[in-house]
Amino acid sequence: MASFSQFGNDLYSGKRSFDIIGRRKLWYAISAVLVLIALVGPWLRGGYEFGIEFRGGSEFTVSQVANLDQNIATDTVNEAMPGANPRVSTLGQDAVRVQTDELDRTQTTTVQEALATAYDVPVTNVATSFIGATWGADITTQAIRGLIIFLVLVAIFMAIYFRTWKMAAAALIALLHDLVITAGVYGLTGLEITPAAVIGLLTILGYSLYDTVVVFDKIRENTANLDERGTQTFAQMVNLAVNQTLVRSINTSVVAALPVASILIIGSFVLGASTLRDISLALLIGIIIGTYSTIFVAAPLYAQFRQNEPKIRKHDGRVEADQAKAEKASVSAAS
Amino acid sequence: MAQPTAVKKAWKTLIWLGVIFAVLIGTIAGGVIWSTATWTPKLALDLEGGTQIILTPKLESGETPSQEQLDQAVSIIRQRVDASGVSEAEVTTQGAQNVVVSIPGQPDEATLSRIESSAKLDFRPVLAASVATTSTTTSPSATPDPSLSTTPTTSPTNASDLAYITPALQAEFDSFDCNSTTADDAGQAPADQPLITCDSNGVKYILGPVEIEGADIADASAGVATTQNGSSTGQWVVDISFNDAGTQKFADVTTRLYGLTGVQNQFAIVLDGKVITAPTTGGAFTDGKAQISGSFTQESAQTLADQLKFGALPIGFTTQSQEDISATLGSTQLLSGLLAGAIGLLLVVIYSLIQYRLLGTVTIASLVVAAALTYLLVTLMSWRIDFRLSLAGVAGLIVAIGITADSFIVYFERIRDELRDGRALNSSVQAGWKRAIRTITASDAVNFLAAAVLYVLAIGNVRGFAFTLGLTTIVDIIVVMLFTHPLMTLLAELPFFRDGHKLSGLDPRALGAVYRGRAQFRTPAVGTTVSKKNAASKEAVKRQTIAERKAAELAGAKTGSDSNRSTDEGKNS
Repeated sequence: MASFSQFGNDLYSGKRSFDIIGRRKLWYAISAVLVLIALVGPWLRGGYEFGIEFRGGSEFTVSQVANLDQNIATDTVNEAMPGANPRVSTLGQDAVRVQTDELDRTQTTTVQEALATAYDVPVTNVATSFIGATWGADITTQAIRGLIIFLVLVAIFMAIYFRTWKMAAAALIALLHDLVITAGVYGLTGLEITPAAVIGLLTILGYSLYDTVVVFDKIRENTANLDERGTQTFAQMVNLAVNQTLVRSINTSVVAALPVASILIIGSFVLGASTLRDISLALLIGIIIGTYSTIFVAAPLYAQFRQNEPKIRKHDGRVEADQAKAEKASVSAAS
Repeated sequence: MAQPTAVKKAWKTLIWLGVIFAVLIGTIAGGVIWSTATWTPKLALDLEGGTQIILTPKLESGETPSQEQLDQAVSIIRQRVDASGVSEAEVTTQGAQNVVVSIPGQPDEATLSRIESSAKLDFRPVLAASVATTSTTTSPSATPDPSLSTTPTTSPTNASDLAYITPALQAEFDSFDCNSTTADDAGQAPADQPLITCDSNGVKYILGPVEIEGADIADASAGVATTQNGSSTGQWVVDISFNDAGTQKFADVTTRLYGLTGVQNQFAIVLDGKVITAPTTGGAFTDGKAQISGSFTQESAQTLADQLKFGALPIGFTTQSQEDISATLGSTQLLSGLLAGAIGLLLVVIYSLIQYRLLGTVTIASLVVAAALTYLLVTLMSWRIDFRLSLAGVAGLIVAIGITADSFIVYFERIRDELRDGRALNSSVQAGWKRAIRTITASDAVNFLAAAVLYVLAIGNVRGFAFTLGLTTIVDIIVVMLFTHPLMTLLAELPFFRDGHKLSGLDPRALGAVYRGRAQFRTPAVGTTVSKKNAASKEAVKRQTIAERKAAELAGAKTGSDSNRSTDEGKNS
């Protein structure tokens, strides 16, 4: 691993440098394609699938059951009505409650009869009902209101902390980018949107902003005292900051992704735990996208937002002239 | 160099961490011994199950509640349940008229009444009152003479007008028994009609029509009443403030009542048809504030304040059934989640050791401290505010590993940066820390802001998420400040790390560190080396524009980079 720390050294000193800011059009194009897929893909697939918690559904209560095994109900419903996404729990001492996506009358009867047979009780012991959403419109409204207020506050916070609203704008665009793509994964894969998935999305919101602030703080450090740094253009300073924090970005995303990836793999392949699989897939993609967007979207955007400021233009012009002179000098020295 | 003080400070800081742990463990231990605390965090509905309560509306037969009423009831009940903590209850409708509330654990009587009572608050003027003597109520005539007039002789001009007391009402009042079962169902009179009801002391009242409704209350809070000189009376009260319309009405009514005498000067506050209190009006109140005093305990005052704040239920409910409900996900999901988390952590440990050599042990130790702290805080909050861990919460905690580890990574990278600039380890640790802590606090502040805003504004699962996020952010800050940094300060004194042993992860040679003295006489070589390199390696040119390379080299030279070394390494790589 000496090579990796060597890699870090080179990035720090600027000996090795990835031209991230200069190739911003390429990254923007990649991101635009990803966002487009995330937006259009789910719509082509037939829209997002919301879980029973959002839409409400059908409920079956099987009473006077001898065997309270929840798996019987899960298997029965999955067989009788594939895609009904049953949630099974036991009620009291001798009843089983099964909640499914909303079923019509004939489907309800089919499931009712199947459950009665499976649990070996008369059909009259299987009561059916419709249930409303547990995640009602009120939770959504409150959450969205909270988010908007948070985004306004965080924009103000970043604008004050970094002393420029342009960083806040770049960070929020990157955040939106991450959320759209992560949400798109749900739409594209047809995973049901459950409250757990929404929580996963909010977790990504936190992670994405956090990651951006860490890298932006290094950019702030590198671009402070513009006048004292006569050897680099503004874009080059931003590029150096991104490169200097690249080792951190790689290490952090690996450390954050490892546990989530292990949940995803163990959850889906070994144990078949569906809720865990759903959350961890979104989280894993969110972590990767969150790290990507900080480096390839937020930082280039910030450099672009500021490059036309008169002060920065003046600075860049001077530096470019110096660099051209030094270039000439070194070429002639070499020959 | 101020190293000895840094070391002393480090030890002091570690002691503070010890104090935090001792206080947390002590509090939980105290809670376990003297209260209802447990040593393990409580689990949410999806993992542990709980109680399912089915509520049926109290309605006349044949009536059905509208969907709108039900939705409103669900929303209000959810807020009431949430107001008492972050237990993430599930509230929904079932069929055409029931409301189903699933809460983790076993609800007590207080929780049930908090959920199901409609909490309809009305302000009515008192028309007549009498202290019922229980001895005379042995044989109440249940139905007053139907021949008595039920229409007022003159049309009442305001709610305090005694013309409301018709002979029929008077007869009903005379025969009204506060202890009878009919009294329990009383208080359903229409808002524009007089009402006969009692308070908890057995005083019965004839009240005028509703003057102000609970809907006009803007906010309510529980508190202890104070006397005029500011000392506490120890009596629990509910302070309410009205919205603009309520303020106006309250001012009008109190102005009118102030001019009346006897019981007509009294103003009854009626909750779900029962008089809580009927204070006399000592003046006109125009500031829109009122205080409800009664025989409150802290808990009942808080419950009423919450109920008033979130509004009255559009319909009253009774508990139809209350049953245990099992977890929908069950223990296998939690176990597999924890197992996966453990494997993930193991991978993190391996990765840290590869990346940071023995410095990786600092990461691991810090993560262990963070995990312990999180566990204790979650356990404490389970007890204090009924926080419950759901599967999504567990996933959130696992993602937090990344954010917490990031603080150490940022810190280590800053130390390495300082080492690269040729500082000694102990001063690199201090200088790196100064820059790292700025980054760490700024990024954690963003997360904490998200947590705080969502906790205050959101409800349901989102609130639970906000809580988890806030908790892990605080833990991150505590661990990096009170553990990782002091530990690094102390380790920097150990010869193994100080001298940059190859396995320490802080080997200045491997980090390409430069000794400033050497760099100085190498600088003149910069120009030629670079141009040679440009001529020699086309790859390098492809990778970067010349201007950039120059800039980078110049920047490197400025900070004391050894360009001669770089070319040697360039050949090796």
